[in-house]
Amino acid sequence: MKIDVKHVAKLANLPLSGDEEEKFERQLASIIEYVEKLNETDVGNVEETSQITGLENVTREDHPKPSLSQDEALSNAKSKHNGLFKVKKVL
Amino acid sequence: MNYSAYTIQELRESLKKKHFSSESVVKDCLREIEDNKNLNAFITVCEKEAVEKAKEADKKIKEGADLPLLGVPISIKDMYLTKGIRTTAASKVLDDYIPQYSATAVKKLENAGAIILGKTNCDAWAHGSSGENSDYGPTENPYLKDYVPGGSSSGSAVSVAANMCFASTGTDTGGSIRLPASFCNVVGLKPTYGRVSRYGVIAMASSLDSIGHFTRYVEESALILSITAGKDPYDGTTPNEKVEDYSSYFKKNIKGIRIGMPKEYFSKGLDKRIKEKIEKEVRYLESRGAKIEIISLPHTEYAIACYYIILPAEVSSNLARYDGIRYGSARQNFGDEAKRRIILGTYVLSSGYYDAYYKKAMKIRTLIKKDFDEAFKKVDVIIAPVSPTLPWKIGEKADDPLAMYLTDIYTVTANLAGIPGLSVPIGLVDGLPVGMQILGPHFSEGRLFQVGKAVEESGL
Repeated sequence: MKIDVKHVAKLANLPLSGDEEEKFERQLASIIEYVEKLNETDVGNVEETSQITGLENVTREDHPKPSLSQDEALSNAKSKHNGLFKVKKVL
Repeated sequence: MNYSAYTIQELRESLKKKHFSSESVVKDCLREIEDNKNLNAFITVCEKEAVEKAKEADKKIKEGADLPLLGVPISIKDMYLTKGIRTTAASKVLDDYIPQYSATAVKKLENAGAIILGKTNCDAWAHGSSGENSDYGPTENPYLKDYVPGGSSSGSAVSVAANMCFASTGTDTGGSIRLPASFCNVVGLKPTYGRVSRYGVIAMASSLDSIGHFTRYVEESALILSITAGKDPYDGTTPNEKVEDYSSYFKKNIKGIRIGMPKEYFSKGLDKRIKEKIEKEVRYLESRGAKIEIISLPHTEYAIACYYIILPAEVSSNLARYDGIRYGSARQNFGDEAKRRIILGTYVLSSGYYDAYYKKAMKIRTLIKKDFDEAFKKVDVIIAPVSPTLPWKIGEKADDPLAMYLTDIYTVTANLAGIPGLSVPIGLVDGLPVGMQILGPHFSEGRLFQVGKAVEESGL
């Protein structure tokens, strides 16, 4: 089983060089082959586990709390304008 | 380090009695860091700030303040956000990132008086078992030149093993604390999932990440956990479960404790010399009244496959936030291992493959958890190897990701089941350290410390 690395990298917004595509395709093929092992077991009616200690619906009161100031929030941005994050045109 | 003969508790006593100052201890540790630069254990050292903090601590001590870690130098894995101190996750993507807030665990340690010496090296994004995946160069094993210290919390383990500090934090998603602890001859704790808040720790795989630490002795490990554990409103996975008085377990002997040895963990693939060392320890525990039983964890053989589906799936989702807009730089700066995991994770979650991979793995996870539930009906703790092999040479597995993944065979199960694991040193083979792990049911850390202490006392 081979992964179409070019396609998947596009889904993941991950720019790759041609060499990288080739290398990862080769390396990941052996990993995919290995994880196919799971098909040996019958898991028919088994329930999936996502929260391992069994917690459910943990919520908090929906009240505003102190948070980062605008300046703090922007402190790591490479590109900003008038107190906002500046990004490339999307549409 | 002149003070390396002291445990944290002893150091605290001496500081309280003013036998010496925190400043002299901190300066001594900083010297040790400088002298061992070749090990590459740190990415950032906060020399000036640490000395300042030590002076403040000395002042507080003079005024009679008494906090469990007041004046004690520690290091922090570079996966933990530290307000105002660069935090890189050992990746060039975050090379210039200065967090605006600190992780809950960091805050708690600082509130307890600990002094942060710096940020330790690790595999980038905590992806790796050897410490070689760091964008800041590999960390070296202090025991034997050119050997890996284990990963991903490589620098943290080395900083404690080479006496650069008294404790260090780590993250354990599939063995990243227990493995380097075992490779570096120190004590490493992976607590129960949710026991310590993940808030402010850079996320790898959110359903598996555990926040733990390294120390040289078991009692120190218990002390650190008593500080970091507990409910945090900023992390919904931290339960109300009370934090026990872990020190009470050191007064108990191990007579009558039932220890299970899973047959699947001691079969082919395990280095004979490691097996013999563990069996020796187990015989010692038996001589002190523990009851040994061979048990079975039948789904062990599927653990790695299960883990390497769930893990990259969650990694790909967590690393999606690094867009270079709000912080960090562009996505092409990810290293090879992060790129591999993003691709693998995106693939197993993609339309048409989700049921076959991710959903199936989540079901197998249930079976692995059930194996442990069944086992803990018969025994109190489980003893197992940490790594199937001794530490290997730097570069040896670099181009074979699958070989690297298989190193985690004995450690990923605890993360999949959410249970705690304590890695304790059990001696050297050919000059290289060997560790053994003690596993227990959810929230049984006290019991692990109790048995860990007995192992420490074996002197084998």
